[in-house]
Amino acid sequence: MLVDSLTIIFSELALIVYILAGLMFAVYTKKDQLTSKLIWITAIFMLALGAFILLFGSDKSAAFGGAFIDDGFARYAKILILWSSAVILIISRDYLSKNNLLKFEYPLLIGLAVVGMMMMVSAGDLMSLYMGIELQSLALYVIAAFNRDSIRSTEAGLKYFVLGALSSGLLLYGASLIYGYSGTTNFDGIASAIFDGNISLGLLLGLVFLSTGLAFKVSAAPFHMWTPDVYQGAPTPVTAFFATAPKVAAMVLFTRVLYDAFGAVKTDWQQIVAFLAIASMFLGSIAAIGQKDIKRMMAYSSIGHMGFALVGLASGTIIGVQALLIYMSIYVIMNIGTFSFILSMEKDGRPVTDISALNMYSKVDPLRALSLMVLMFSLAGIPPLVGFFGKFYVLKAAVDADMAWLAIAGVIASVIGAFYYLRIIYLMYFGEEKDTLDGQISMSGWLVLTLSALIMILGVINLFGVEVMALNAAFELLN
Amino acid sequence: MNNILSIATFIPLVAAVIMGVLLRGDDKSAQISAKWLALTATLATLLISLAILFGFDPKNTNFQFVEEHNWLLGMNYKMGVDGISVLFVMLTTFLMPIVIGACWNVSHRTKEYMMAFLILETLMLGVFCALDLVLFYLFFEGGLIPMFLIVGIWGGKNRIYASFKFFLYTLLGSVLMLVAILYMWIVSGTTDMVQLLNYEFSISPFNILGFEITGGAQTMLWLAFFASFAVKMPMWPVHTWLPDAHVQAPTAGSVVLAAILLKMGGYGFLRFSLPMFPIASELMMDFVLWLSVIAIIYTSLVAMVQEDMKKLIAYSSVAHMGYVTMGIFTLNQQGIDGAIFQMISHGFISGALFLIVGVIYDRIHTREIDAYGGLVNRMPAYALIFMLFTMANVGLPGTSGFVGELLTLIGVFQVNTWVAVFATLGVVLSAAYALWLYRRVMFGDLIKASLKSITDLDRRERLLFTPLILATLIFGIYPSFIIDIIGPSVEALIESIEISKSLQLVEN
Repeated sequence: MLVDSLTIIFSELALIVYILAGLMFAVYTKKDQLTSKLIWITAIFMLALGAFILLFGSDKSAAFGGAFIDDGFARYAKILILWSSAVILIISRDYLSKNNLLKFEYPLLIGLAVVGMMMMVSAGDLMSLYMGIELQSLALYVIAAFNRDSIRSTEAGLKYFVLGALSSGLLLYGASLIYGYSGTTNFDGIASAIFDGNISLGLLLGLVFLSTGLAFKVSAAPFHMWTPDVYQGAPTPVTAFFATAPKVAAMVLFTRVLYDAFGAVKTDWQQIVAFLAIASMFLGSIAAIGQKDIKRMMAYSSIGHMGFALVGLASGTIIGVQALLIYMSIYVIMNIGTFSFILSMEKDGRPVTDISALNMYSKVDPLRALSLMVLMFSLAGIPPLVGFFGKFYVLKAAVDADMAWLAIAGVIASVIGAFYYLRIIYLMYFGEEKDTLDGQISMSGWLVLTLSALIMILGVINLFGVEVMALNAAFELLN
Repeated sequence: MNNILSIATFIPLVAAVIMGVLLRGDDKSAQISAKWLALTATLATLLISLAILFGFDPKNTNFQFVEEHNWLLGMNYKMGVDGISVLFVMLTTFLMPIVIGACWNVSHRTKEYMMAFLILETLMLGVFCALDLVLFYLFFEGGLIPMFLIVGIWGGKNRIYASFKFFLYTLLGSVLMLVAILYMWIVSGTTDMVQLLNYEFSISPFNILGFEITGGAQTMLWLAFFASFAVKMPMWPVHTWLPDAHVQAPTAGSVVLAAILLKMGGYGFLRFSLPMFPIASELMMDFVLWLSVIAIIYTSLVAMVQEDMKKLIAYSSVAHMGYVTMGIFTLNQQGIDGAIFQMISHGFISGALFLIVGVIYDRIHTREIDAYGGLVNRMPAYALIFMLFTMANVGLPGTSGFVGELLTLIGVFQVNTWVAVFATLGVVLSAAYALWLYRRVMFGDLIKASLKSITDLDRRERLLFTPLILATLIFGIYPSFIIDIIGPSVEALIESIEISKSLQLVEN
């Protein structure tokens, strides 16, 4: 039995063994100059692991008595998490070395966070859920404060830790309520404790607290307060990481808990999720307008995007889950592209994050400006770019679930949100000529930026087949 | 050749990509090659569209040149034209070489400018050819991107305000249509427009917040589409983005905006609102007719007091679009024929008028009417062309402007006499503002020092105006060229509306 379980968690095991070995090696050799190589090796390892999961994924199976579930849904999320983390590692190398942050802990901590995320998306039990979340969070707290000489970075780490601990507390409280009223921590067990859609009040309270804790993790309004500060304070590569993989993991975990454990009382949680979705979409769109710092702006942008993804969850159907997965994939690619640009923003050798520094950037580097423009239009959801299709799928899911009002709220929020993406384009292309950025971009950063912009354009042809994969993943979750 | 529509649609895009990849720098030689490449691409598109026109059988009211490929989510990439859309395709391909010619003197980021126009042409052609709802939406909305950049990068002083207003205004209108499209898809199970044309959407009334919605789902869908097309058209009172965008846009941008982009709204009404929601259209008929009349009279009066030439022409465009919406919602043959005719003819006339303003703007760099006067003394050829298009704008018999106005008025007279009476008043008003503009700019003594050395049209400019003059006169004298093509399709459209109405009677 144990052997079977261990085979199922093979990829997680492989990653954690690699990280522990790397840690030992780095600690004993004490060589920070090897970090650059370590980043590359970690990234390649993650890419390979993702490919391995893609190619050798088996049928749905559960390990450790259902605490760990390996199904198409989890695999889809894992591939996304692994690959996006790997790309973030690659593009952050240049920034780190320029800013004397090239420490060997960085790739290893990201690796640990990734293991946590892989646990999260495979969780089939409240215990493994919490274990995954904490493993991820603890690693993230540390890398938020990674630039320990910077007050802002330390502040970001501390803030993230305090608020993250609070959300974990809420989540645990919810989990204990659920355990108390259902007598089990297993998702299937919880599901069978709900008879004919009648949920006891204690379980319902547990569900609310659990959702609150998870909403913190996906930074959905009104539990978003930590996001802008942490995004701004953390070193930019770390922000790029925060904006991508952890969001996917939390969103996927949220979906799994709601479907696997509380699938019988859909109507109860649909209201909660729809409220979170509307609040996030509007808050993300409106609050971003006044931002002067591009990292803060991206924080609000990601809050808004989480709102859209939650629309897919709120619709409570198989195409809703499919839409959520597609949305998250597109969101991750857009963010990686945008952050590889933000990483290259510098003036006189110092990183800049002021939006106004983008003034007339199109004169300095037309190609980079063009790529960012495509990404901005895509983030705004303007057809025919791929970002539109993300919105398109979730809106369709909402209308399909008889929630046209949610779709209408969504499209109105997206029009408001279009404003601040357009502002970036306006600054780059028709702003005034002032002192502009002058930094060069690393080869890998340039490649990632251009590729992601190209994906945004070429995806209109068939979305690279993501549609079918996401549908299969959603299908495995719901059956 | 069953993919000729796609070829025509995507040639400009391919040219833009070639330009973007191969041409480097912004020096003189790169600029010249960019312009010639753009001109070649648009001319090639024109040739192909001519082949489409000659291969088109007007008697057949089905969609022709249809092509279909699988796309996402069970949607199809489906293109095709019928009698209503084929002329808009022609209008677009006919005007684009002129537009490229009009920006021959641009020296600021010429390559990007050409690319923006080429991409825009692809998107515009796509709008008129698409036979899949979502594909249509893609092209329809995608057009915002290049136009936003054209106004924003190459526009006038207040371009930032104008471009944002243009973008957000039209986007807000369109997103409601997106929700409606999704609803239609889910209810009918298809996004194929040919099937949707025969689908009857529910008209059973329901309540929203205590209000009973007569016409039920059809009314809601109609309103959602109306929000989008009315903004695009633009109809009063959602027209305010247009004068701003026109004034700030460069000449070529104004031409495209007035001559082609505005027609998407009218095309949308004909393609979606009327055939797909016939009962709702019938219900909303009076509402639209009165809105149109208000637009005609109000914007004509506003046009009269403008001090900026482009703004004046922009308001006159809104007034002329009022005739179009009025004609469309008469729901009879003359009205709709007239509306389509008016759209085509307005494409030539307004395009030419914006070029005319562009000519003197290039020389004196102001659009203030007061800055001019007595130009006829120095620019005889210019005066003649300006006169011709002023008259066409007024709707003088013998020009294409007359036919459209007359037909729409005949159409509306049959359904609502009062609307017809007030709309006719608009004809008088249009004469007032157009002639007054002409007098202030062209006649009088040439006393302003800045105008003393102004030169008449050069060869390039004469060449640009020639096709527009020919089109205006030919279609004015022999309108059957157009009516013969659109007639059968419009007849089929009206028939399908009648069938829906009789079905509704049977159900009740």
